[in-house]
Amino acid sequence: MDLSLSTRTVPGAGGDRTVVEVGGEIDVYTAPKLREQLVELVNDGSYHLVVDMERVDFLDSTGLGVLVGGLKRVRAHEGSLRLVCNQERILKIFRITGLTKVFPIHTSVDEAVNAVD
Amino acid sequence: MATVELRFSAQPEHVRTARLVAAAVARRAGVDEAVLDEVRLAVGEACSRAVGLHRSNGVTTPIRVVLTEEEKTFSIEVGDEVPGAGTAAATAAGVPVARAAAPAEDFDDADGEDEMGLAVIRGLVDDVEVTAGEDGGVLRMRWPVLPAEEDADLLS
Repeated sequence: MDLSLSTRTVPGAGGDRTVVEVGGEIDVYTAPKLREQLVELVNDGSYHLVVDMERVDFLDSTGLGVLVGGLKRVRAHEGSLRLVCNQERILKIFRITGLTKVFPIHTSVDEAVNAVD
Repeated sequence: MATVELRFSAQPEHVRTARLVAAAVARRAGVDEAVLDEVRLAVGEACSRAVGLHRSNGVTTPIRVVLTEEEKTFSIEVGDEVPGAGTAAATAAGVPVARAAAPAEDFDDADGEDEMGLAVIRGLVDDVEVTAGEDGGVLRMRWPVLPAEEDADLLS
């Protein structure tokens, strides 16, 4: 299965948030597409991102690398990158790599969009 | 003798194929359904790493994946042909070895992508072994298989 990406702007408690809905498999082949999307958003001035991973079927370390890269980019603009994920098999990868301490992980888009530091 | 052996050119698009084949063979071998996701992820990480090593070192030979069903275990070997690569993985301590780093344009986001992949594998799989030789490195992973229900097939 290929990667699907769609973005929308949602007003949140702390201002507008850009929600990136990701579906399919994020691996060594498809991760560059996600990277391009995140880079493009940041270049266009979207610094508060919510990556919705509820429809992700597979995630590997390449995908984690892209998310870490996205986080670095938004932080350079004092932005934020929040994840939405309830899938145990995806969450497990974040736990194994210690990235649960790096990314705020939310149970719903609504919660992520309205979260403020 | 291997149960299934797969060779693929070092292109990222083939890693998914390797994952699917490995998971299918593991299921047939009797690896617990609950563990199949881990097998899929671990073999994907091992193959991604091998693809990265081949590409960054200009190695044009294929990656080799050997899936072997044994009496009590199912094993996967992913072999690369980059000399010294396995050594780097085995030590994972920054010991200088004769291999090029991953190209910056591919991996500009995460420092030490190779280490992150290995960290995932080690976090998932209890029985992991990384060896190296002059001809390249091999990453071996083993999982237990459920006892075969010998009579079930005969009766059904």
